[in-house]
Amino acid sequence: MTETQDQAEIFGGGATELRDKRSFDGSDVSSIPAFVFGEELADLADNDPRVVVLTADLASANRATDFAERHPDRFFNMGIAEKGMITSAAGMASCGYVPFAATFASFSALLCAEQIRTDCAYPRMPVRIVGHHSGMSMGFYGTSHHALEDIGVLRTFAELTVVCATDANHLRAVLRASVDHPGAMYIRLGRGRDPEVYPTVPELTFGKAIRLREGVDLTIFATGSEVHPALEAAAILADEGVSARVVDMHTVAPLDVDEVLAAARDTSAILTVEEHNVTNGLGTAVAETLLMGGAPAVRFAKHGVPDEYIPVGPPAALYAKYRLDASGVAIVARELLR
Amino acid sequence: MIPPTGTPERAAALERLTDRAKFIRLETVRLSRIAGAGHYTSSFSAAELFAALYYSVLKYQSAEPRWADRDRFVLSKGHAAIGLYPVLADVGFFAPSVLDDYTRLGSPFGDHPDMKKIPGIDFSSGSLGHGLSIAVGMAFAGRVGDRPYRTFCMLGDGELHEGQIWEAANAAGHYRLGRLVAIVDRNKLCIDGFTDDVMSVEPIEDRFAAFGWQTHRVDGHDLDALLDLFSGLPDKPDGPPQLIVADTVKGRGVQLMEYNPDWHVGNLVGADYDNVIVEQQAGLRPLEATK
Repeated sequence: MTETQDQAEIFGGGATELRDKRSFDGSDVSSIPAFVFGEELADLADNDPRVVVLTADLASANRATDFAERHPDRFFNMGIAEKGMITSAAGMASCGYVPFAATFASFSALLCAEQIRTDCAYPRMPVRIVGHHSGMSMGFYGTSHHALEDIGVLRTFAELTVVCATDANHLRAVLRASVDHPGAMYIRLGRGRDPEVYPTVPELTFGKAIRLREGVDLTIFATGSEVHPALEAAAILADEGVSARVVDMHTVAPLDVDEVLAAARDTSAILTVEEHNVTNGLGTAVAETLLMGGAPAVRFAKHGVPDEYIPVGPPAALYAKYRLDASGVAIVARELLR
Repeated sequence: MIPPTGTPERAAALERLTDRAKFIRLETVRLSRIAGAGHYTSSFSAAELFAALYYSVLKYQSAEPRWADRDRFVLSKGHAAIGLYPVLADVGFFAPSVLDDYTRLGSPFGDHPDMKKIPGIDFSSGSLGHGLSIAVGMAFAGRVGDRPYRTFCMLGDGELHEGQIWEAANAAGHYRLGRLVAIVDRNKLCIDGFTDDVMSVEPIEDRFAAFGWQTHRVDGHDLDALLDLFSGLPDKPDGPPQLIVADTVKGRGVQLMEYNPDWHVGNLVGADYDNVIVEQQAGLRPLEATK
């Protein structure tokens, strides 16, 4: 895959695979999150009349098209009008529906922050705000299309569940579990090409982290797109004799406090890793929990994007620059343990 | 539901609605005194609209507030809730006595309505510009579920400044939400002065018509005209959404408040309070030509 293809496919352009459902490298599309979202929702809708989908002129980017083909009367394209989309989803929710409203994370979470708070979270409407292409995954499209603050903004809203999907199977689990979850939820998706972490659909409880690898020297708490690099980093560290626990902290709000405190008891260092700024994301939530939860002293670092607007560039280059790829995470872990 | 013009039943309905509009204004004054402040004028302009809607137009069951097929009412200009709460109590959604602690710590009743706490409130409001999008969602739901209800949404005229209103107006026209009715309480004032001096909203009908709405204009204090309009309002599921521009007077019914921007939020005290009660007990008098 060239970086040019990588960036074009976001909008469904220049990518024949989006039409014939073959991946660039020939792998099974069922392992690719971008191909799972609309289909999984359509499957859910087959058996649940409450499921409806809205988008804002991005059905080709988030593949809500797969839902629209099978449930055209339960799909609403609102045009490039994100605020109206979120609020109308709340109106539908008040009538008994479970709407999934999807657009780029930069728009769903940031442009529509007040609609999420006032119309979804505060009245406890079961709206699932889906923010896809979060973090820096939109690379060369620039800061307007990056979402490195969305977790920070949304985790401060009371009664809003904030969840990051890890890979295709995890996304399936999130979508399935979300339907009957009370209140509003923000579902953060990556670039839709996130590599496989879960070979099968995992058991998932919101607010309950998933421990993916055991270790005694260090715990890495990762979320969303950084879970896979964190696991790879743990493998690198293992070759060097460092034993790292890796935890998928898929739910950032409410945070799994017990898992954080267990890490402080069991391992002597904690590293948080996220494709988000370190000003107010997963790392901040974990740090608060450690300080206020009576945890024993541990070495601690939060790793993500610093307090700055990042340059444009191909996503892979950005991940390398900010040490958010596997080797970068391993370097940060070594620095913490030194 | 609405008696034909010229019948004794119609005359009786008008007498009742006139009395209920007076009740709404008096309750607004009473509750404002409990709170120490209130949106008197925004409630006064909508008093006849509230009366017509809740005593003649809307289908609801106050003993079953969440009845699935009830008509929805979204008070997008949520700051007029002080005029709606007494109506909800009067028609049986809750006991009138619970209003006696209006806005006190722990009361379900704030200046803006909360659907989680107040039976009969179909959606929380307060942040202007949101309600029409809520109503669009409710109309979507009615279509998906093939339900017979209509969705009514009351907007302020200054609220039309909000960009999200026009996202919703566009969506309603595009999807031909014929069971959606928007009512603009065109009371001519927003906080900083006359609405059109602050930021133009006219021609309201043309603006909505351009988005595919069928439009109507009516004197929002003329109950007879309101009943005529509501009784003839199209109700076609895939027809054009319906817009009613109700020409009203902000502060109507209290001379010192009519068209007076200083009274967007206020607090009547002393002799002013007593005088207003007396003035409202006497009922609406004709608007002065100078106004």
